[in-house]
Amino acid sequence: MRVALFLTCVNDTLYPDTGRAVVKLLTRLGVEVDFPMAQTCCGQAHYNTGYRHEAEPLARHFSDVFGEYEAIVTPSGSCGAMVRELYPRMGERARAEGRGDTLAATLAPVVPKTYELTEFLVDVLGVTDVGAYYPHKVTYHPTCHGLRGLGLGERPLRLLRAVKGLELAELPGADECCGFGGTFALKNADVSAAMGADKVRNAESTGAEVLCAADNSCLMHIGGTMTRLRTGMRPVHIAEILASTEEEPTA
Amino acid sequence: MSGTFVGMPAFPKAAHEAVNNQTLRGNLRHATHTIRGKRAKAVAEVSDWAALREAGKQIKDHTLRHLDRYLVQVEEAVTAAGGTVHWAADADEANRIVTDLVKATGETEVVKVKSMATQEIGLNEALEAEGIRAYETDLAELIVQLGKDRPSHILVPAIHRNRGEIRDIFAREMSEWGRPAPEGLTDTPAELAEAARLHLREKFLRAKVGVSGANFVIAETGTLVVVESEGNGRMCLTLPETLISVVGIEKILPTWQDLEVFLQTLPRSSTAERMNPYTSTWTGTTDEDGPRAFHLVLLDNGRTDTLADEVGRQALRCIRCSACLNVCPVYERAGGHAYGSVYPGPIGAILSPQLRGTQSEIDASLPYASSLCGACYEVCPVAIDIPEVLVHLRERVVEGGQVTREGNKVVLRPAKGHAAERAAMRAARWAFSHPGALRTGQRLASRTRRLHPRSLPGPGRAWSATRDLPPVPAEPFRDWWQRTNGGKDGAK
Ligand code: SF4
Repeated sequence: MRVALFLTCVNDTLYPDTGRAVVKLLTRLGVEVDFPMAQTCCGQAHYNTGYRHEAEPLARHFSDVFGEYEAIVTPSGSCGAMVRELYPRMGERARAEGRGDTLAATLAPVVPKTYELTEFLVDVLGVTDVGAYYPHKVTYHPTCHGLRGLGLGERPLRLLRAVKGLELAELPGADECCGFGGTFALKNADVSAAMGADKVRNAESTGAEVLCAADNSCLMHIGGTMTRLRTGMRPVHIAEILASTEEEPTA
Repeated sequence: MSGTFVGMPAFPKAAHEAVNNQTLRGNLRHATHTIRGKRAKAVAEVSDWAALREAGKQIKDHTLRHLDRYLVQVEEAVTAAGGTVHWAADADEANRIVTDLVKATGETEVVKVKSMATQEIGLNEALEAEGIRAYETDLAELIVQLGKDRPSHILVPAIHRNRGEIRDIFAREMSEWGRPAPEGLTDTPAELAEAARLHLREKFLRAKVGVSGANFVIAETGTLVVVESEGNGRMCLTLPETLISVVGIEKILPTWQDLEVFLQTLPRSSTAERMNPYTSTWTGTTDEDGPRAFHLVLLDNGRTDTLADEVGRQALRCIRCSACLNVCPVYERAGGHAYGSVYPGPIGAILSPQLRGTQSEIDASLPYASSLCGACYEVCPVAIDIPEVLVHLRERVVEGGQVTREGNKVVLRPAKGHAAERAAMRAARWAFSHPGALRTGQRLASRTRRLHPRSLPGPGRAWSATRDLPPVPAEPFRDWWQRTNGGKDGAK
């Protein structure tokens, strides 16, 4: 099977290790990965901040770049939710504004083919044991857009439970938002920070060394709070845990 | 809306204080987490919750679609049952109607059933200005009134207070309003409730005029419905000689049968009760029993304009259960006062800027008072997609556009203060539309990575005040991919 990796602009620029981990993991599972070089950003930050009209060309660009592929895999719950949940809505809004079906028709092909990584592994490849080895105590934070937007449910936990050596610690208040929320972290910095601090304290209470999630944006916020609060915990993307093996440990 | 909220600072500023108030944070955290857990259990007991939620949504949408017809039906039915219907376009008109009605009775005090609509229009203040004193009889509302405070929650207006604070308020203020608190009052719930009961009983027995809202109005019979837990509302509804009910026009349900759905979803969503202890219904007047005169004031106050907005109108489905407040992580930290409106929390963040417009500083900031985590949508018993409306209103704030105001279509200009952000968004969009430009930017960031500060200047300062930024990696992914052909050429 050949898939396109949509790494997202944040991962590409700030977290290239996550991208390398996805490539390593999928290759190990026999998937041929392509990285279309023309890819940029799904437009989520624009859309969610109220700049829907600025997000439209980015969505169109996304469809141009990825439209040909059989499947599109992304290690980001929120960017995945942007494509799957909000692209159809952008099409509807354009129609409601009397601009016809063009945008909806342009975006439609990529919507059902876009998968968040853990969804792709469990639903499409049908694996829960990806042959990973990660001898650490880990707690999992289900990010809001993965949890409620995409409905990832137990998938990431099932994958983590099958990792050799990994001890999974349950996170209290797991389904509470970490407080990132894109531009929310800037516009409402006090509330965002308070939410982040509570998330980190809950994570700390598990005694885990690592907090993992399927979204680097939330991990950036949580991780930045962790170092500031000097917890000694590390944020790690789930792809990096699943890519890790005895021979070649990552993260 | 209530004059008490005019001139509120923007949400982030108002929230700043609350976030740093440890007592408030503790009170809110405790209260919201307790009710949150109970609600989840009460909802899980119902096997067809999803179907009930969908039914509630459909009934409300249907009613809103044919609101003109149902409003006329309500007027006819109420009139036929011996009541009088009054139409109020805005808060001022509603206040004037109620004040005149009270004055016509010759009374100078009224007892009140807890009502969001009368708070929304600032009725107590308006009555006060005319020499009429309004006594709140809902326990939490009483605490707010005695404490000269503002409500901070739809259902539990005094949620921001703990028992010790309530004891102090009762001991200090009750005597000024009527029967004083008993000597040596402690902060046990039973003693506090008893003090309130004695204080209120005098009011119930004396009052000749009652003022209420309603949770629902049944169009087919012109019946009004109030659901409550304490029974104080029922006292106000049945004892006075004149009853005046102020009700938002979106509260209508076509038939009695429709009520069945909401009598299941509302109590479970709001107080986590299977059924609320008191459900009072009244239809016009009867000769032998209850109030001799009944007035229904139908309140618009921005609702018709909200109805004109395709995305935003779903906010009018709200049955004021407050489940979205109790689950909202932002509400939990910021508290209800930061929303600068009688409707706080997620629903307040989408309702207030629609009812009042997005012109003021506070109203322009409310659509941003959310991390878009979606917890509110998940719990809402009438499936209001609050995040969708928030984003829609953000668009209105930053890009302007057409809205309906007082029945006329007007084109709004973007709110002030977003020029820099708009420019940044455009620049980012341009870079993202040109992969080469994005790449140049990434390379530049990588090359200068040792120079990057761990804290940021300008608007980014808010971020780096409490969080460290990640270091910029030596090589963006796309360069690695190109250099190694996705790792196939050896390098990792
Ligand atoms: S928006 Fe929904 S959850 Fe919130 S108060 Fe209204 S009905 Fe309840």
